[in-house]
Parts: sequence; structure tokens; C-alpha cells
Amino acid sequence: MHLSRREVIKWIVATTAAMNLPDFAATAIAVAPLAKGYGTDPDLSKFYSPGDFWPLTFTPAQRQTVIALADLILPADHLGPAASEVRVPDYLDEWLSAPYPPQKKDRESLLSGLQWLEDEARKRFAADFAALSDEQKRAIADNICWPADAKPEFKKAAAFFQKFRGLAASAYYSTQAGWKALGYVGNVPLASFDGPPTEVLEKLGVEQTVK
Amino acid sequence: MPLITSSKTQPEYDVIIVGSGAGGGQMAYTLTLAGLKCVMLEAGRAYDPATETAMFQRPDQVPLLNTPTTDKQMGFTDATIDGGWQIPDEPYTQASDKPEEQFNWWRPRMLGGRTNHWGRMSLRNGPYDFKAHSRDGLGFDWPISYDDLEPYYTKVEMLIGVFGTNEGMENTPDSPPGVLLPAPKARASELYTQKHAKKLGIPVISIHRAVLTRPLDAETIPAKLHPGNAWAQRIVAESMRARTACFWATDCHRGCSIRANYQSTTVHLPPALATGNLDIIPNAHAREVTLGKDGRADGVTFMDKATGKEAHVKARAVVLAASSGETVRILLNSQSSQFPQGIANGSGLVGKYIMDSVGTSVGGQIPALENLPPHNEDGTGGPHMYIPWWLYREQLAGKLGFARGYHTEFNGSRGMPGGRNPLSDDLARGAYGTKFKEEARRYYGSFVGYTCRGEMIANEDSFAELDPEVKDKWGIPVLRWHWKWSEQELRMADQAAQNFSAIIEEMGGKVRARKGALGRDAIEAGGKVIHEVGGALMGDDAGKSVCNRWNQTWEVKNLLLCDGAPFPSNSDKNPTLTIMALAWRAADYLIEQARKGDL
Repeated sequence: MHLSRREVIKWIVATTAAMNLPDFAATAIAVAPLAKGYGTDPDLSKFYSPGDFWPLTFTPAQRQTVIALADLILPADHLGPAASEVRVPDYLDEWLSAPYPPQKKDRESLLSGLQWLEDEARKRFAADFAALSDEQKRAIADNICWPADAKPEFKKAAAFFQKFRGLAASAYYSTQAGWKALGYVGNVPLASFDGPPTEVLEKLGVEQTVK
Repeated sequence: MPLITSSKTQPEYDVIIVGSGAGGGQMAYTLTLAGLKCVMLEAGRAYDPATETAMFQRPDQVPLLNTPTTDKQMGFTDATIDGGWQIPDEPYTQASDKPEEQFNWWRPRMLGGRTNHWGRMSLRNGPYDFKAHSRDGLGFDWPISYDDLEPYYTKVEMLIGVFGTNEGMENTPDSPPGVLLPAPKARASELYTQKHAKKLGIPVISIHRAVLTRPLDAETIPAKLHPGNAWAQRIVAESMRARTACFWATDCHRGCSIRANYQSTTVHLPPALATGNLDIIPNAHAREVTLGKDGRADGVTFMDKATGKEAHVKARAVVLAASSGETVRILLNSQSSQFPQGIANGSGLVGKYIMDSVGTSVGGQIPALENLPPHNEDGTGGPHMYIPWWLYREQLAGKLGFARGYHTEFNGSRGMPGGRNPLSDDLARGAYGTKFKEEARRYYGSFVGYTCRGEMIANEDSFAELDPEVKDKWGIPVLRWHWKWSEQELRMADQAAQNFSAIIEEMGGKVRARKGALGRDAIEAGGKVIHEVGGALMGDDAGKSVCNRWNQTWEVKNLLLCDGAPFPSNSDKNPTLTIMALAWRAADYLIEQARKGDL
């Protein structure tokens, strides 16, 4: 359930952002200079893919690292496919390749974070991050997955992990598979709107009051 | 006579309408169906929601997961094109460097204006709202009463289609029986809020929104709207039949290709065009209203953005409905020996008393809403319930510390995911892998957000004037804004934030999102709610107002202002429905004048 777009945007800015969700919206609209992106009048009726408006960035090696990390965070399991199966790496690439100021700002931290991950994998296990066992990947991830607990030498990497996780989740849950993983079943035309089903009403101890 | 270029205009029209949104759309509708020949100037391009709306695109099917950018400032799928807080080639300036003294000006440059992007909240002003000064001594009364406008609220509701219920609450008017469309069922978070707010004495009722929850009755409504005019009835009936009822999916702010919600472009303009009495010139950026030797307005000069050349259209009357700010700008730029300060501005009041709504939000997480069985809550693509202002008695007794009310719009979070991380970092902590996905699913749908929409009282420090130096790309002087919230609004924001927190806690939830410790720290910046009204107030005294009770400027009888500019006050009710009702009333007045030969 949501307010219409306008309210959603305001809510993202005023409310959701303050829930510590990544503050993409707030930063995006606050920027003054006009970048050369898709322009102020793109064709809204079309469906788009990463790379349609601006060239992508990842080298094959970077892409392997992104796939490995995204799938570690959002693996294939009982809730759905792995991140790389629903093109999460493509959306990350689109994001950090974008010409808009907030994304440009993310570009450096994400690319240097990926480099850190590669360096750390080589230092600890003498292999590419993507080639590590799950256990080895987790050994690194456990050091950087929560900034508050990270040791001083891992603080910067932890900030990268948090940003990466937020972006990867934003992309994953934008997809049909991501919707299923959350339990979102809308965006389909219906003949009628009947409100929450009985089991939901009972669980909440409420009755439908709009007759 | 549909969309034309500036070189194809008729030698003269009955009426020029500047702007194509709620006010301009309503004027065009009413005037052309009465047989008047009109030309509409729209500063943006032509736009057709039937073919241009992003209806079902998921966030992964549009650039940057639908994240707002400087190009599309409410996100890619939002209906607004060529618009935003800042738009290329058309600057505006601020008198102060302090953000709290600045006005944020949302301008769409497209046919239909702001009606393409809005919440479709369609609340009537109540009787108190027209006479607020008489109640508390602040701000200004309207020269008209609720009873003057009531018939027009009813007509607009029947034409555009508004759902809701009649609750018989104080200063929250009922519509006549049979006018409102059925209210949609409440969602889980709405019912849960209603149950718990009740314990705090806070009412939660069905909101009124301009969305068709069933098809409009094209058999009976047109005759009620246009009695004795079979030709108009036929055109309106045909337009009504072309609209489809809501199919309970997609966000209204994307616009609506099936015409289930109100947009000027899907409701007002199609029948107006079908009369054959309307020319629309897109990309026509109005510069000034021109004055004839007889002291009456005789036309409008505009920049044709397509050719870069100046053009002029002539008419017997001029309607400005360009949005408060833009209408003020055109008036101030229309300078002549008779009106050196701008047309119809002998009082010096043009630009004064601009108002927005008070906005502040509090979000919370409700454990009871976690892990609910999946179910579709898209509904009408916007809120189904809201909290009307309810503390009239306490306020009158002076117990609240602020004089006017707010209503509360709220939302759960079972809407379309994507474009943002559903599991905030403080909840996820160090989680990754399946644990992260399980937590995301658990929390999905458990967040609620409450948003204040409150009345701002007109003040001396909030106004717009011409910048003495800065001009837009076409050499037209731009607006310079001044802004200040008074203690009235800041105290209201405090109280609203406290109320929202109390509701969240009553629901067993935890307040999560508060921009500042107090509502006053979290009040939205001026203009951000996009309820910009005022700047050319209507009144009963020619020395103390810009227009009279018919939206007609005191000094130039054939110049009418039909957007939010004439609002003497900005009640907590969203302004769009009142703009339309006022415009229809002003159009009837203009038609009457034309019949008398007074145009």
C-alpha cells in the first residue's frame, strides 16, 4: 500500500531516508547542475535495459567480483534466485556509470571498494575473490559486514559493503523475482479490489470498515 | 480546431486561457461547451497520457531503478516531463541565502500542467475555511462562503469522478447523495491505524480522491451538468464513456492511460476539444497581457518556443491560470503607462501572500504488520483513508497553540518494491545471504508513514516579486521569492509529529523516522508540498485585494485569474478541487457577461 508517486517521493525523502535506507532519492533531487542523462523528456512508454542511455563501466574482472559479492549477499535459496541471475550486476554497472552527480559520487567508492576486495582476497588466499570458497568469502565479508563492529582497518571496506548491499538489494527487489521474494503480488489489473483477505484481518484483529 | 502552432491562430478569440492544468482545463471545458471560442497557451509541449504513460514498468525496466534524477525529479516513471524544481532555461531566484527563507517552485512544462502529477486528493473546503479570519482574527476571509461554492464542488465531483464517503464531520463537508463514487476497501495498515487511532480519539475515514472506482454514469450526469444544452451533454457523455474505471493497479502519479483518474488532459481537454471551440498552442510561454486603449485586456504576447519568435493572440477576455507564481509573474511583467507596477496591480498586492501547506512526516515500524500473508494492496494507486482535522473545539478554546488545522495522509509499505533497499541498515545490521533475504521479507509491509498537510496562514514575509536583473532564456524577468514560516506553522508541525508518534506507539510500533527532535525542525521547506496558492487574493475591497469574488481583477474587468492565485487562505484541504470549483464558477460568470454583451 502506498501513497501515489508524489507522496512516495516525499516519503522517501522525509521518512524512508530517515529510516536509514540508502538516501538515493534525497541526494538525487537535491542536486542543482543538470547532467547529460536521459534528458527531461524521455519516452516513458518504453522498457529499458542498463546500457541504453550511457555506456557501462565494468571490466570482465570487475564484473566477476561484483557477481561473486552480489551472490554472496543475495544467494539462490528458498526465497528465489541469486542476484546475478536477475541481472543485479548490470544495474550496479548502470548506476555507477550514470552521468548524474550522486551516482558519479558513488562510482569512486564502489570501484575502489571492489579493488580492496580483490587485494584482500589475494592477500589472504592468493586468489581472485570470485574464485574463493564460500567459507573464504565469508571470512572476508564477516570483517566488513557491519560498520559498527568493524575494526579500524576495515572501516572503509565496511562502508563500501553497506553501500554495495543497499544498491544490490535495491536492484534485486526491483525485479519480478525480488517481488516474489518479498511477497509483493501487485502490478496486475484486477476486476475488483476486495481489501485484505480474511486471514490478514484475523491476524491483525481488525474488520473491514469500508462497506 | 485542436493543437495548433502560433502561426495558425484565429484573428480573434472570445477568451485566451493561459495554462492547461486544473484551472485552465476547467475554464476551457466550461467556456467552450457554452459556445465561446477559446485559445489556450501552454508553456510546455503537447502530452497524451493514453500513449505516453509508464503504466506497468517495474523499477528494473527503467533507468536507475526509477531513482529520481535532475532530469526526472520524481523518478523516471512519474508523469512529469520537462518539469521539476529547477528547469533548464527558466531560473528563479531567492532573496535570501537561508534555505528556510526560500521557496521551492515545482513547474511542469507540459499539457495538463500539475494535474498530470498529483495525489488526486479532492477535499472540499469546509464552511470555516472560507471565514477563518472571522473565527480567529488571522489571515483573510474569502469574499464568498461555502454555500456560494457548494454547487460547483458538486458539479466538479460529478464531472471528474471522486470516490469517498460522507461522514458528517465538522468542517469536512458531505457531498449530496449519489455524487461520490464508492470508497475503496481499506488496506491492512489503514485498518490497523484506524483501530488504534480511535483509542486516541483520532478519526480515520475514507479519503476523497479523483479516481473512478466505477464508470461514470454517462446517461444521467451530463444532463445535470449542462441542463438545456443537449449538444454539450452529448459531448460530455461521449468523453465519460471513453474513461475506464480503475483496474486497481499502478501509481496515479505515473498518470493514467485508461483515464481512470483525473488529469486535465484526460477529463477537461478532450470534451473541450470536441466542441471545436478550442485551439491549443503548446510551447507558448506567456510574457504579458496586453492592454487596449479602452483599458481592457486585449490579448497576450508569448514566446513561441518552437520558433524562438514572439507572437500575439487577441481576445475579448483573458484568463490567467498558469499557477500562482507564474500568474503573478505574468501580471508583474505586463507593464504599461496605466499600470507601471504590472497590470491590475494598482493595489501593489500582486505577488503578496503566497502560501503552501505545512508538511512534516513521521515513520514507524509496526511488528504486528510483519510477515503478513502476501496480498495485493495496490488499490487505487494512492491512499484510501486519511485523518481529517478533528481538534476544532480544543483549538477554539486556545488549547493547541496554533490556530488552524491539518489533515493526515498516511501510507503503509506493501506497495511496489524496488528502487530502494527494503531492509534498512539498522535492521539488517551485519546480515547478508539468506538471512538478509528472510529479514527483508519479514519487514516488508511493516512500515507506516504519517504526513501532515496543514494550513499555512498568509503572512507579510512570503511573497514573490520580479528579480530586477535576472531574466530567462527569452529575456523575460523572473520571479524572486521570499519565504517565512510563522510560529503558527512551526507549532502545528510540532503537534503533528507528536500525534503521529503517539499513533505509532499505540499500534505497538516504534518511531523510526523523524528528521528532527521536533516537528519544527522537520517542516518541509516552502513550496515542497506543491500547494502553492495566493499572490493575487480575492476580496470585497478593491484597495485590499487583486480580484473580486468572481476571480475578476478589480482594475481590468475582462482579466480573470483562475488558478490558486486568488485564494485568500490555504486550508488544510488540498487546493486542486477548489481551484476547479472556483474556475467553473468564474466561467459561468464570464459566460453571463458574454451573453449580456459585456465581454
